[in-house]
Amino acid sequence: MASVMGGDLVRQDAATLASALSEGEVTSVEITSACLDRIDAVDDRVHAFLHVDREAALSAAADVDARRAAGEQLGSLAGVPLALKDVLTMRGVPTTCGSRILEGWRPPYDSTIVERLRAAGVVILGKTNMDEFAMGSSTEHSGFGPTRNPWDLERIPGGSGGGSAAALAAFEAPLAIGTDTGGSIRQPAAVTGTVGVKPTYGAVSRYGLVALASSLDQAGPCARTVLDAAMLHEVIAGYDPRDSTSIDSPVPDVVEAARAADVRGMRIGLVRELGGEGYQAGVRERFDQAVATLINLGAEVVEVSCPHFDYALGAYYLILPSEASSNLARFDGMRYGLRVGDDETASVEEVMARTREVGFGAEVKRRIMLGTYALSSGYYDAYYGQAQKVRTLIARDFAAAFAEVDVLISPTTPTTAFRIGEKVDDPLAMYLNDIATIPVNLAGNCAMSVPIGLAAEDGLPVGLQIMAPALGDDRLYRVGAALEQALIDSWGHSLIEEVPAL
Amino acid sequence: MNTRTIARMNFDDALAAFEPVLGLETHVELGTASKMFCGCATTFGGDANTQVCPVCLGLPGSLPVVNAVAVESTIRMGLALNCSIASWCRFARKNYFYPDMPKDYQVSQYDEPLCTDGFLDVTVSTEDGPREFRVEIERVHMEEDTGKLTHAGGDTGRIHGADYSLVDYNRAGIPLIEIVTKPIVGTGSLAPEIARAYVTELRDLMRALGVSDVRMDQGSLRCDVNVSLAPAGEPWGTRSETKNVNSLRSVERAVRFEIERQAAVLSDGGRVIQETRHFHEDTGETTPGRSKEHAEDYRYFPEPDLVPVAPSADWVEQLRGTLPEVPSARRARLQAEWGIGDLDMQTLVNAEALDLVEATIAEGVDQAAARKWWTGEFTRIANERGVALSELTVTPTHIARVEALIADGSLTDKLARQVFEGVIAGEGDVDQVVQSRGLVVVGDDSTLLAAIEQALAEQPDVAEKIRGGKVQAAGAIVGAVMKATQGQADAAKVRALLLSHLGVDG
Repeated sequence: MASVMGGDLVRQDAATLASALSEGEVTSVEITSACLDRIDAVDDRVHAFLHVDREAALSAAADVDARRAAGEQLGSLAGVPLALKDVLTMRGVPTTCGSRILEGWRPPYDSTIVERLRAAGVVILGKTNMDEFAMGSSTEHSGFGPTRNPWDLERIPGGSGGGSAAALAAFEAPLAIGTDTGGSIRQPAAVTGTVGVKPTYGAVSRYGLVALASSLDQAGPCARTVLDAAMLHEVIAGYDPRDSTSIDSPVPDVVEAARAADVRGMRIGLVRELGGEGYQAGVRERFDQAVATLINLGAEVVEVSCPHFDYALGAYYLILPSEASSNLARFDGMRYGLRVGDDETASVEEVMARTREVGFGAEVKRRIMLGTYALSSGYYDAYYGQAQKVRTLIARDFAAAFAEVDVLISPTTPTTAFRIGEKVDDPLAMYLNDIATIPVNLAGNCAMSVPIGLAAEDGLPVGLQIMAPALGDDRLYRVGAALEQALIDSWGHSLIEEVPAL
Repeated sequence: MNTRTIARMNFDDALAAFEPVLGLETHVELGTASKMFCGCATTFGGDANTQVCPVCLGLPGSLPVVNAVAVESTIRMGLALNCSIASWCRFARKNYFYPDMPKDYQVSQYDEPLCTDGFLDVTVSTEDGPREFRVEIERVHMEEDTGKLTHAGGDTGRIHGADYSLVDYNRAGIPLIEIVTKPIVGTGSLAPEIARAYVTELRDLMRALGVSDVRMDQGSLRCDVNVSLAPAGEPWGTRSETKNVNSLRSVERAVRFEIERQAAVLSDGGRVIQETRHFHEDTGETTPGRSKEHAEDYRYFPEPDLVPVAPSADWVEQLRGTLPEVPSARRARLQAEWGIGDLDMQTLVNAEALDLVEATIAEGVDQAAARKWWTGEFTRIANERGVALSELTVTPTHIARVEALIADGSLTDKLARQVFEGVIAGEGDVDQVVQSRGLVVVGDDSTLLAAIEQALAEQPDVAEKIRGGKVQAAGAIVGAVMKATQGQADAAKVRALLLSHLGVDG
């Protein structure tokens, strides 16, 4: 059957695998084995995974194969393997959030996303590496060592979901789940030449997603093609009564939109505040070419101003640490995970303090302190209160823009992947990676990053961000798929095929 | 644990010198079937940590969902307390580290409570008769309870000094309603009684609304009692906060003690420290708890995991329509219906006999008889046994049956008491006890006449006196007859028979 699939199962996209599975040309066990073998072969260099459960994955694959053989009606992605970001709970499987403080914790329950993936027959290979508690843009802040970018192992794969993006680019998995609080799906997608979507806030249940900042966190699909992302989006999205911020309305038909791949007659807005100074020349060049491609495809492109986006980063770094300081309080060594200093003489406060001192990394401590300060009596109005006002203004900017255009676009990141170690000691430089992705999280609408080529100066992938209104997720796929197809046509192959051999 | 005697000033002297200001924060567990933010059971007394799930254990990734019944109960309570109901409000997180709190924050309400600005009228007995007092309500809000810590080893029963501590999270996440008064001023010496009457009224109101059965013995009502003193006309003094006072009597005693203690401090030229104190049931004293040298900063902020609570005006009005008669209105109505005075009514209330008397009257018993049984004989027995009136096995139906037997002459008052003694001892219903104990009035005239003649024969001198017109001497003969019939005769009837037998006009 390998011949039917063109020789290398791990390089196939999810839609192709799904179709071959339903045609009986390949089994899930074969695909899953191929991915597991690939992980064995390359992951010591990439370090995309924190935990791989070979037996559980093969057993899940065999189960799907048996059900298919029995004639059962299965979901469209049944039997396709997936890499799960280690911030989502899965019953009995270690969940660390990239933190030493959760080492050894095996949650007793499945997140809603995992439930939905299981119900759809998607085979979960394991848990992927991430910046500790999703705080970072490089995966260097993982408590278990950095993940490397398959395009250049000396460079970062983005973050916080660097593991999920790297797993896709290293052909270890055709699909992955990420979470995006300020760009943690889109920025890794951009710097690894893959596709990542942050759905509308509330579109995908947060139940079982270990919270960084509750009002900003949103899980979403990561894939190598826009259609694959849409198929995965369809599986994981939908109302969940266990998450009261979940939206009780139909999921837009994202798969149909990805298949339509048509931008004719659409109005696309270029955000003036995103993409000028501070953006790498090669990023701007690729972005300008993509804009030209969209115009060629029949879209009308206009410039739009969102003046309050300039304040997004500042507001974000007050709201996020505030919520995080509270969300991360529970990691106190009392009930699960690490406990340090319990020598029978230490008080409960001392054990809590020692555990948090040892268990949390520097970036986590930095943000907990920022948030604790911002929420403190006497500072709350000036910091958290003001940041919430900025948030409202940013939402108004989006509303005004979407009254004029169907979607907004910008470069996803100011630069291509930087070198490991380059910014790890410079938090402000690190935070600037998310300058273009943060506004969407603050406003709660949706966005996608699609690969648009390699920067001339360093040969590394560049991503374009598409932003749509809340519940307008289908527009992302319509534009993203049209652009993707046009670029593949112009290059004669997809960008991901240019990843160097590992 | 407190080795030094705490100085106190005599209560009357304290009130002569100072005006008290009270504030009461009452936490009550709502009687919902499931917890505030998850589906776990709320039943009391389960094995430790058996009524828990990822949500109430605060496991990473879990999320709360608001219990709609708890919101409804809180709105109904707010309406019954004459509060305004917010059309939009949010939960907030109260952040602090403590091992009984699974998330190290408590989901509560802070600056956006569901109900605000109400009042509750309470009545206290004074030498000049009952006095009504209006307690103003600041707010009513919802929050989740914490787990329960048990400290083993050490001698304080507190976390410091304990060898180890156990946590039971069954209670974590149980819905609580918190009712906060505005400062209660102008009580004078009635402060302790008003505090008690207020909490009693709250309890009765919650029971009448059916939002909680308020089992105080299970700790489902806890009161934080704030007291300050200042000389009349001067700005309010510094308050102390006595935490977790959990019985009606203790509320009264805690207020009284704090008035006496603070008066002693102030009159000695000292300063009252703003602090948390603990009340001790055994001594009736309060002792300092954690000192609050620096005010704790809970870093409240709106709970981002929950959407705002936004009850529609229609729903609120619909709930208003479901409110039962409030206890004070009910008392006024019953008092008028029964035609009894303030003092009798207060006796019923103090005996917690109102429901029982009402039910007894509904069984056809005369109101005076119903009140007499419940506030007399039964209250005495209940007090002897240390149980509540309602826990005695005697029921309104029993009383109705006994009263019917008295009316037709089958039982005397004295025999009736013996019947109830049997019923309360578990010997069966009224007829069974009458039967088994042989408690029947000897009513047949020939038997009584035989006994009368025998008594007259034994006491001829008495017989002579009666014949001579000294009717009051009949008592000796009646007594002898009652003795001869083992008390099972109707004394009045014996007397009438005796007089007519002797041809004397009674």
